[in-house]
Amino acid sequence: MANLQIDFAGIKSKNPFWLASGPPTNTGYQVQRAFEAGWGGAVWKTLGDPVINVTSRFSGLNYGGQRVAGFNNIELITDRPLEVNLREINETKKKFPDHVIIASLMVEPKQEKWHEIVKRVEDVGVDGLELNFGCPHGMAERGMGSASGQVPELVEKQTYWVKEAAETPVIVKLTPNITDITATAYAASQGGADAISLINTINSLMGVDLDTWHTIPNVAGKGTHGGYCGPAVKPIALSMVGECAKQPDINLPISGIGGIENWRDAAEFMLMGATGVQVCTAAMHHGFRIVEDMIDGLTNYLDEKGLDSVMDLVGQSVSKYMSWGDLDLNHKVVALINQDYCIHCNKCHIACEDTAHQCIEFFTDANGRRSLKVREEDCVGCNLCSIVCPAEGAIDMIDKPSDISMTWNERQRLLHTFGG
Amino acid sequence: MDSPTANHQWKIFDELKPDLKPKEVMEEANRCLFCFDAPCAKACPTGIDIPLFIKKITTGNMKGSARVIMDANPMGATCARVCPTEELCEGACVLNDASLPIMIGDLQRHATNWAMKNQQQLFEAGEANGKTVAIIGGGPAGLSSARELARLGYKVTVYEKNEKAGGLDTYGIVPFRLPQEISLWEVSQIEKLGVTIQTNTEVGKDIPIATVLNDFDAVILAIGMANVPPLSIPGEDLDGVYDAIQLIENVKDGRVPNHFKGKKAVVIGAGNTAIDAATCLKRLGAASVKMIYRRSEAEMTAYPFEFSFAKQDGIEFNWLAQPKRIIDDGQNHVAKLECVSMELGAMDASGRRRPIEIENSDFMIKADVVVKAIGQSRYTSFIEALGLEHEQGIVKVDAETYQTSNPKVYAAGDVIFGNGIGEAMVVAAAEQGKRAAYAIHDYMLSKI
Repeated sequence: MANLQIDFAGIKSKNPFWLASGPPTNTGYQVQRAFEAGWGGAVWKTLGDPVINVTSRFSGLNYGGQRVAGFNNIELITDRPLEVNLREINETKKKFPDHVIIASLMVEPKQEKWHEIVKRVEDVGVDGLELNFGCPHGMAERGMGSASGQVPELVEKQTYWVKEAAETPVIVKLTPNITDITATAYAASQGGADAISLINTINSLMGVDLDTWHTIPNVAGKGTHGGYCGPAVKPIALSMVGECAKQPDINLPISGIGGIENWRDAAEFMLMGATGVQVCTAAMHHGFRIVEDMIDGLTNYLDEKGLDSVMDLVGQSVSKYMSWGDLDLNHKVVALINQDYCIHCNKCHIACEDTAHQCIEFFTDANGRRSLKVREEDCVGCNLCSIVCPAEGAIDMIDKPSDISMTWNERQRLLHTFGG
Repeated sequence: MDSPTANHQWKIFDELKPDLKPKEVMEEANRCLFCFDAPCAKACPTGIDIPLFIKKITTGNMKGSARVIMDANPMGATCARVCPTEELCEGACVLNDASLPIMIGDLQRHATNWAMKNQQQLFEAGEANGKTVAIIGGGPAGLSSARELARLGYKVTVYEKNEKAGGLDTYGIVPFRLPQEISLWEVSQIEKLGVTIQTNTEVGKDIPIATVLNDFDAVILAIGMANVPPLSIPGEDLDGVYDAIQLIENVKDGRVPNHFKGKKAVVIGAGNTAIDAATCLKRLGAASVKMIYRRSEAEMTAYPFEFSFAKQDGIEFNWLAQPKRIIDDGQNHVAKLECVSMELGAMDASGRRRPIEIENSDFMIKADVVVKAIGQSRYTSFIEALGLEHEQGIVKVDAETYQTSNPKVYAAGDVIFGNGIGEAMVVAAAEQGKRAAYAIHDYMLSKI
């Protein structure tokens, strides 16, 4: 059976599944329940000067009758006294010495503030520190969270201050609300960070109530932008993880965060460069018990792949994540409709006809049934038909490899060389 | 044999099948693939844009959804309940091949329920064009044509012999499948377009035929069919012998007889009306209900879902049995039904195997009640009084325009059903009514 143990910046964890800092890790009671359920680690709800939270706080994006395709919140950091959190961290660590507890921290951008909190949390036995430079709401208005995280110099300087005091590994949590996340990832590395975690939540407004015209969520009829997360953000998070992983001058382990719901998502993040993952929304949607299938499913997957350790996944797909200019211009893919599986909904036809390249046409088959086929010479291999097709196996995208590959970058070099 | 359900407290007026719950509606509506050129819509005789009305449910556009349905089918609320959907839209759903078909009928019911509950008027009359049309018969075919003509600006008068309009929807389909208020809501939608519906008015009796033929620019004949024809066997006039159509009509109109309680009932016939009568009797307290059919299960005309419904209700079926004589109890009341066993011979004109009597196979069935449900007879003499060509009471029409032998008179619905053409479905009647209306309009435009 494959080994799920990871070594993340020197932090040993029995599996790569950690709860992300947030409502699920608010108290010792919750974190202990999570550890009992099987989570390898937990990043405690962000500590700092206690705040006052508002109600209401969360909202969900429903799609096609499904709940929580996306999720947003306007909850701030912990609203419990620091002493209480520290006592519970200490108790939990004593009860579960084999489980990882990371303290998430957010204080004003002042050296002495960072020094003080680092010392206090390390005294109670945390395994590492995560600097919350990410929350886009509330705290940012006070110069913290993403207000710090959007300025590379502030990221670097504060990381440096933390490293001055820290004895445990320092993870810098990055905000996605920035044009180029590798800039702040690089700043964290320059500040001496031991690892980065990404992404924090994305600026969002979940909706507007069409009856009251209030924002969703709202507090007594008034709303504010919140942090967006959940399954819908996974592609954004995955690309940002990939961008950081492939950057040669950022040599830091990555903790992947953003829309991870099951072992498949986790495996994808690890293939794209994450050493471990953090989960929040999925646990809020379904409870801590989802980790059971995460552990079981990932173990079975590794066994099927013949891999001994989950660490063997880390970064395997990074080298395949290129610039557009490195893609083969001569490679062809065409759609093929498998008549045996087609259910004749005609969605591929109308999608292609209206919005792609008008190459899926009707014909009458040998049994007199009106059917669809692809006019291959006009198919550009865009995948749209196979994306909208609801019948598993009815449309295959067939590779038509070229004899000679030619990327845009190669083409431009050749043109330059031969002066074309 | 007494059915174990005989003493069950039937709520005879309640619709048997519950409405979908709100979550069921959203789950089901979201499951629809929104096919292009959808087979379900093509399978609907009235051509409802089914994917569109379902899509509108998912976006909460309930008025729009109800309009899509009712625009194509003025009896859309009725049809949501009585259409043989597994043979039409749901049978054509592409998901039959992949998982389970969408519950189109139930979603249609949900959308039209919304319109009913929210008292929505879905359509408006067209600008008056000065032309007048008389419609004889206020059933689905007549009302459907009235609705379309009113939207095209015609002044429409419907003559309905009953107290209420709606035809079989109002009087002929058992209330636990189709509550009367559904049909009456559809009637009111049409009345609100300015259509005059003269109820309790039988053409040829309460108003002269000539008046109707002469005073309007066009006439649509939509009188449907008449009562159950006679069995032509001895004892037919005894007390305790009923006409299935009349039995259902009473129940549907809220006149619930209590003299069937504990009785042994026999229904003769195996069509949808026969099954409606049988299940009605069960709900009216009959101790046992047997159905007698001279052919076998394979030849019965009832829909499969009707048949299984009857079986669930504990109805017994006696196949290959022909009634010969109804025997009295000495007090002019039914006591027994004498039958003879049949076997199936060669194909007959209807394409079904002809039943042939087996000699000396007579047997008796004890019965307190005998209900005749062997089809419906025709208003032949009335059709002749109108001077229209017909075949055994089935009015001849042009297949495209529904025009009869009198160019001014069109016909739609059950009055033209028969001889292997079409099916006697509400949805078919509604579509024919629409087409007759459009044909009249085309004809009027051609004369401008």
